[in-house]
Amino acid sequence: MNAERQDRGLLRVNEEECKGCGLCVEACPPKAIAMGERMNHYGYRTAMYKGSGCTACGICFLVCPEPGAITVLRTVKRMVAALQTETGVAACASN
Amino acid sequence: MSSESIAEYEVAYAKPKAFYERYERKEELQHATHYCPGCGHGTVHKMLARAIDDLGIKDRTILVGPVGCSVFTYYYFDVGNVQAAHGRASAVATAMKRSHPGSVVVSYQGDGDLSAIGSAEILHAANRGENITVIFVNNAVYSMTGGQAAPTTLIGQKTTTTPDGRNPLNEGYPLRVSELLATLEAPVYIERVGLGDNKQVAHADRAIRRAMENQVRGLGFSLIEVLSPCPTIWKMKPVDAQRWVREEMEKTFPLGVYRDRTKDATPRPMPKTAPALEALPGILGIDGDEDLAEDAVCATDAAIDLRVRVAGFGGQGVLLLGEVLAEAGLDAGLEVSWLPSYGPEMRSGTSNCHVRLAHEPIDSPLVTAPNVLIAMNEPSLRKFDANVQPGGWVIYNGEEFPPDCARQDVHVLARPFTQIADALGDARAANMVMLGALLEMTPGLPQASIDAALRRLVKNPKWVELDECALTRGRELAREVLQEVLQEV
Ligand SMILES: Cc1ncc(C[n+]2csc(CCOP(=O)(O)OP(=O)(O)O)c2C)c(N)n1
Ligand code: SF4
Repeated sequence: MNAERQDRGLLRVNEEECKGCGLCVEACPPKAIAMGERMNHYGYRTAMYKGSGCTACGICFLVCPEPGAITVLRTVKRMVAALQTETGVAACASN
Repeated sequence: MSSESIAEYEVAYAKPKAFYERYERKEELQHATHYCPGCGHGTVHKMLARAIDDLGIKDRTILVGPVGCSVFTYYYFDVGNVQAAHGRASAVATAMKRSHPGSVVVSYQGDGDLSAIGSAEILHAANRGENITVIFVNNAVYSMTGGQAAPTTLIGQKTTTTPDGRNPLNEGYPLRVSELLATLEAPVYIERVGLGDNKQVAHADRAIRRAMENQVRGLGFSLIEVLSPCPTIWKMKPVDAQRWVREEMEKTFPLGVYRDRTKDATPRPMPKTAPALEALPGILGIDGDEDLAEDAVCATDAAIDLRVRVAGFGGQGVLLLGEVLAEAGLDAGLEVSWLPSYGPEMRSGTSNCHVRLAHEPIDSPLVTAPNVLIAMNEPSLRKFDANVQPGGWVIYNGEEFPPDCARQDVHVLARPFTQIADALGDARAANMVMLGALLEMTPGLPQASIDAALRRLVKNPKWVELDECALTRGRELAREVLQEVLQEV
């Protein structure tokens, strides 16, 4: 059973547009962003989402000087896809 | 039994629609701005774009870009764009707003642009309370040109032109633009915000939106000054530059609202829209059928080189006399200049003008040695009489020519022109009687050109009639004297 807590948000970084200034890393209140090790095509180390912790507050988006380097998504539904048991009884949501 | 939770997402924050999809500045790098990593301009651009999106005004926004690092705003914002000469953005924005009252006009300027070369433009735009929004990005240096000192450079701050740090004894003190403009009556909203930390950034975003909203509501002049990092010129890492805004710039430039009259402000009346371009000739009285200079073939073969000085008291029609003469010359296809001499003399004293008519191009509109002097009173005669060229004419409004002004080498026509005009119907027509005399003495201008000039400059038909009468009378008077002169010879 997967009862992992769902984040309120999710972050996408456009690696081609990011110039690696690091302002988002500094800004993110739950510290969910880090600088990646990899260089992008233009020679910048780019920001990357750590994979969890985003609250969709949007402050990283606002401090980022590039128009489209960061997109913040907000969780709207926590949907449970019930896997049918062999008996046909749906599982209850758990989160 | 197993269950799995799958999240569904909606976009909370993404590239605003007010930005172009791609930026066609160059062949390559169309996916990103030209700004350095961590540049405050980028952040401010985003806030402005968000405000444009949220207010739904993309289709009627006109962004006036400056000279400076943000010179390329037109490559990024999918709105109406103008790029102004250095410092002139708020003047250009004034024109944009007045000629397109329904638009939302933003003047985007750096601190070198706005507070140095453009200090006059912003001062007067603010003082007039133009219904525009000014985004003033203050990074305390001229960045685009490599880091020279700006009026906003902090005391002690090293720049390429203040290598030992700004010294107020030599370079003056940092100019506090928001405080300065807040001493003016007209502005509705002035706030200084910063990009120094999250709280400041979030607040700056709201302030910019308010400044845009004010304009949409027609309230008047709003300016947001943004303390903005320039990591490159400051030679700092972006995060350190952000801290420098917070810890250093703010000491000199305190954040805060310096003016907020949005609550009491009532929408300003829209300025009248500018007339259409096609309507201008009509407004200026130079419409179509009257053929103007462009295809004028010179209508006179007579050798004409008139250098006329007309002088009198204000109100005697001195300038109009000169204008009719010049306009007639223009109509006849001659080279022409008319130079009114305004100045303190406009207030009850002598007023005068210089008129030149010639076949050859005119080198200077100044007439220092006239070949005709029209003196409408004695002081004017005394002032200019001595400079009349030998062989020239003096047309003097007076019963008797002052004996001490008499010269052997010039011709004189002295008559009480004011009384003569009075007898014709109005003493104010004296100027035209004198012009009539001049025209008779220096033949060559076709009568048709004189009539056309009169009609163009005198709108009231009653006066046209009187002036025509006056011109004729002047010609008669001149003929009498001319005969005397001929008999003398
Ligand atoms: C008439 C004129 N004078 C001088 C310049 C050179 N010049 C270009 S940008 C600039 C200063 C820009 O500084 P600022 O407004 O602070 O903008 P920033 O680059 O810092 O964003 C100057 C002086 C110019 N382009 N035109
Ligand atoms: S030099 Fe400074 S102001 Fe200019 S783009 Fe770079 S960081 Fe921005």
